[in-house]
Amino acid sequence: MTQPILAVSGVDKTFTMHLQGGQRLPVLRELAFEVHAGECVALGGASGAGKSSILKMVYGNYAVDHGTIMVRAPGGVIDIAAADPRRVIAARRDTMGYVSQFLHCVPRVAALQVVAEPLLERGVPTTEARDRAAELLTRLAIPERLWALPPATFSGGEQQRVNIARGFAPELPLLLLDEPTASLDTSNREVVTELIREKLARGTAILGIFHDAEVRDAVADRVVPVEMFAAPAGAAA
Amino acid sequence: MSGDQTLLEVRGAGHRYGDRYGCRDVDLDLWPGEVLAVVGESGSGKSTLLGTLSQRLSLTEGSIHYRLPDGTRVDLSEISESAVRRLWRTEWGFVHQNAADGLRMHVSAGGNVGEPLMATGWRHYGRIRAAAAQWLERVEIPVDRIDDTPATFSGGMRQRLQIARNLVVSPRLVFMDEPTSGLDVSVQARLLDLIRSLVTELGLAVIIVTHDLAVARLISHRTLVMKDGRVIESGLTDRVLDDPQAAYTQLLVSSILQG
Repeated sequence: MTQPILAVSGVDKTFTMHLQGGQRLPVLRELAFEVHAGECVALGGASGAGKSSILKMVYGNYAVDHGTIMVRAPGGVIDIAAADPRRVIAARRDTMGYVSQFLHCVPRVAALQVVAEPLLERGVPTTEARDRAAELLTRLAIPERLWALPPATFSGGEQQRVNIARGFAPELPLLLLDEPTASLDTSNREVVTELIREKLARGTAILGIFHDAEVRDAVADRVVPVEMFAAPAGAAA
Repeated sequence: MSGDQTLLEVRGAGHRYGDRYGCRDVDLDLWPGEVLAVVGESGSGKSTLLGTLSQRLSLTEGSIHYRLPDGTRVDLSEISESAVRRLWRTEWGFVHQNAADGLRMHVSAGGNVGEPLMATGWRHYGRIRAAAAQWLERVEIPVDRIDDTPATFSGGMRQRLQIARNLVVSPRLVFMDEPTSGLDVSVQARLLDLIRSLVTELGLAVIIVTHDLAVARLISHRTLVMKDGRVIESGLTDRVLDDPQAAYTQLLVSSILQG
């Protein structure tokens, strides 16, 4: 088998709440799993098990206490757990995308531009980037009359669809999805399922949290049961 | 963000006011095109650090190295005053919190933007005026205000003019001291958006001091958190703000971002 795109190994995560007298909240212990090209791995487990924390550690957004998060980047494998900020930023540009649950709006920027931005930042020519953005917005049923408006004024569901369009626009080897279908109606859920399958067919490795069992069953090759890696309560990780 | 060579390398930097340190033991590297935010409460030493890095305050201890466009790495404490002045004319900018500190309030807007060009050898009046007009447009100041003085401008317009005055000579490194505080919230958002797009377009390296974590989040790649004159935490901006490790950073994040 080829090298995985993502290999997580021996990862511990404890939150230390300094404002609560230094209370330690161990979440994960010895977390380990791999995601290969063209494979979709779902993180399973109850809320609070640390699923979102795992996505955030892989993306470099949360610190890692111990262990390694090896991501296969164009210039070689990098350990996100130990990489300096510049390399994490480079990995986010060249290697991994992250679709959060909410759109973090930049004020004054039109929806079409919001979706095209990740492509423009990666050097895709303007026309091509805008065409790709328009195609995604159309598939996600954002009416054309909204494209020129900033998404801050949209409904929650529309904002989430713009967010998905933005996250799915660039072609990157690894895609992290945090509940991409929460609060979408059936037809839009189907569109997202299709978009995920298309990414997988093109060889993207996907790590996701899918609360919707139907979507999960439709896209995930396997589930990592996060509870298996729960840190014992009160233990110092 | 590109290039494998640092623009600025700071090691053990400190500035002492009498027998008290304003900042101390600061290490940092800055690469071309990178935006670094320095956050902390007032009195944390962040403005002293900015002053020290930008040579406005003396370096009591430590070293600051800067890379010139030809690739030469110079120790800023060893180059002549005239060389430092040349850096200010051609390579560096400083955006003050109070626009009046960075502008000539009774010189026209066009003059404020044109002056730095004249200081670098531009002589042709028509070309200077055309460049100034272009920059006014870029910072969203109506070109028909080119002959008005900033004394007649609103706070937001003054700040945008100060930015144009700084960027017109295409600097490589810009220091910013709380550029958005003191402005209305809506004016702040517009200014931040403008700074963000100009910084990306021009590939500027920026060190921005702010007490506002939302400003750091919106425009910086990396963040340093200062307390009592020292850097107590640093890293990727979203990592520092979303998973703060130091007790003080947690306090700062919880007291400012909530609500």
